[in-house]
Amino acid sequence: MDSSVATPAAQTPPAAPPQQPQQSGRGAVEGSATWQLSDRIGLAVCWALGLLFCAIAVAIAVYLFLQGIKYLKPSMLVTPAAGGFTQSESGGFSDAFIGTLIVAVMGISLALPAGVGIAVWLVEYGRPAALARITESTIESIAGIPSIVLALFGTVIFSSTALGFLSRTSEGVVFGRSFFAAAAMLSLVALPLVVASTREGLNAIPQHVREASYAVGKTKIATVRRILLPTARPQVATGAMLGLGRIIGDTAIIVVLLGATQNFAPVGGTFPLNYLRGAGTTLTNFVYEASPTGNLNQPQKAYAAAFVLLLMVLALNAAVDIVHRRARKAGTWSH
Amino acid sequence: MESLIPVPPPIRRLPLEQTPPAREAAPVGVGEKDGNGAQPASGGFTAARRSIGAPQFSIRRMEIDAVSVSYSDREAVKSVSLPVRQGEVLSLIGPSGCGKTTLLRSLNRLTELTRTATLTGRILLDDVDIRLIEPTLLRRRVTMVFQQPNPFPMSVFDNIAYVLREQGSRRVRKKTLEPKVHSALQRAGLFEEVKDNLDHPALRLSGGQQQRLCIARALAAEPEVLLLDEPCSALDPQSTQVIEDLIVKLRDDVAVVIVTHNLQQAYRIADHVAFMYLGELVEYSSATALFNSPREQRTKEYVSGAFG
Repeated sequence: MDSSVATPAAQTPPAAPPQQPQQSGRGAVEGSATWQLSDRIGLAVCWALGLLFCAIAVAIAVYLFLQGIKYLKPSMLVTPAAGGFTQSESGGFSDAFIGTLIVAVMGISLALPAGVGIAVWLVEYGRPAALARITESTIESIAGIPSIVLALFGTVIFSSTALGFLSRTSEGVVFGRSFFAAAAMLSLVALPLVVASTREGLNAIPQHVREASYAVGKTKIATVRRILLPTARPQVATGAMLGLGRIIGDTAIIVVLLGATQNFAPVGGTFPLNYLRGAGTTLTNFVYEASPTGNLNQPQKAYAAAFVLLLMVLALNAAVDIVHRRARKAGTWSH
Repeated sequence: MESLIPVPPPIRRLPLEQTPPAREAAPVGVGEKDGNGAQPASGGFTAARRSIGAPQFSIRRMEIDAVSVSYSDREAVKSVSLPVRQGEVLSLIGPSGCGKTTLLRSLNRLTELTRTATLTGRILLDDVDIRLIEPTLLRRRVTMVFQQPNPFPMSVFDNIAYVLREQGSRRVRKKTLEPKVHSALQRAGLFEEVKDNLDHPALRLSGGQQQRLCIARALAAEPEVLLLDEPCSALDPQSTQVIEDLIVKLRDDVAVVIVTHNLQQAYRIADHVAFMYLGELVEYSSATALFNSPREQRTKEYVSGAFG
């Protein structure tokens, strides 16, 4: 295009016959040889940035893997944290590990049905239009609120007397910190991701597929349940997994609304409820406390816990991948 | 067990033997001036008609009576009156945007899904105004096949089973539904090709097979009228031929209405043809008459390829 730009052919020595197959190899699509200089610099920057981010991701993963394998002992996952002066005395982080699982399950089981329901309503019903617009922008602004702000707001809600049954109460004062409180606020963190991803999945389904279902006498709700949601399953799963990732990765809400003790602090009551109404901790909080800046200062266990966290996130990614692959096998409409 | 299967609407299909072989007398209607006119072939259309001959019988099932459909303030269909008969294939032809698809969609109240659409006039199904029939019941009696093959992303079997089951229910077991699924696939001429792969994903079939699955799906509801909206436009010639044969075979059991852009196709399979232009019904007559000796100038120009 621009003759002022030196082509590779001009730079190579004249006696270079193997140039030909090289050109037909890549040049079949479009060689960058004919590009303007600025475009080629742009391409080079993109390449460099891409490689840089790959390198950062790989570095984090490899470093945590090495540290994790070195410090993680299976016993840490079953031993609760304990008081002690050395790292060998202070036990493991079983309570944090179980705590992470609890908030993940509780948080997503609130966020998933609510998020899918909101997305279905927005895409398939969406009337009155004004209400739909308001809902949309509300969800978007929830996505933008820092989780520490949500946490602070949560303390106001869950310290109210009406919700006293969800946390420790003594002499009429509601403690306001429990798995219930933390999971409720964490579900708000996951909700926008579930909504956005589900909407994307529903919007990708051609209109005539819905009509094909209506045209054999199916109601809207039957179509949603049997056709649309199963079709959007990969995107719903993606939203759920992204939401889970945010939930297990959140620290602010845990510190403020879960009490950030290093052990479960069950309150009186029947078995699961006494734990869920009490304070607790999660892996992120443990990593923070065990890091050199935290109160526990046992960096080896911080690495071990961070490694467990990383494995959980990788497992989530793998799960999403499996769902998507299965959906690809089922095929899609031809256009 | 039997009660879990949706009760099919009472079937008013008349058995073949009892009906007189004669064609029905020309009904009233704007375009209908010579319903029985099987003029000798002359003119441009020399392509072979399907070896189907004249229909054995025909019974009026639907009556489109002065129907107009508007989107917001644009009138897409302007006061069209047409009969839809079982025993023959009715083809709607016309240039893009002439309202033929809108008219087709109004026959099973799919136009109501478009919020801005308003319909005036009456459409009768067996002498009952379709606005008095509950939409889901109506759409089981008047089913539709779309332009794009659109099987649901589930197995071949489940595509049909979904139609047979009540709304979103999954209670009826596969074994119970098997005979009905098989017969629907057989009617659509697909059974032999897929009988060993009934649990394969439907979207992995070829385009032609997908479209026949959609026809099987539409037939599984035991409809009285089958609407087809350019069913072959996304298909190769061979699949098109298979589906055309199928449509002709179906006309004895269901009233068939097909929208097509393909004039040759209309000539090959239709018994009656309605030519629409800018929302109006310009001409309605038998396929041979309309293609070989059109009464209207616009019809003549359209079928000879002058516009559209």
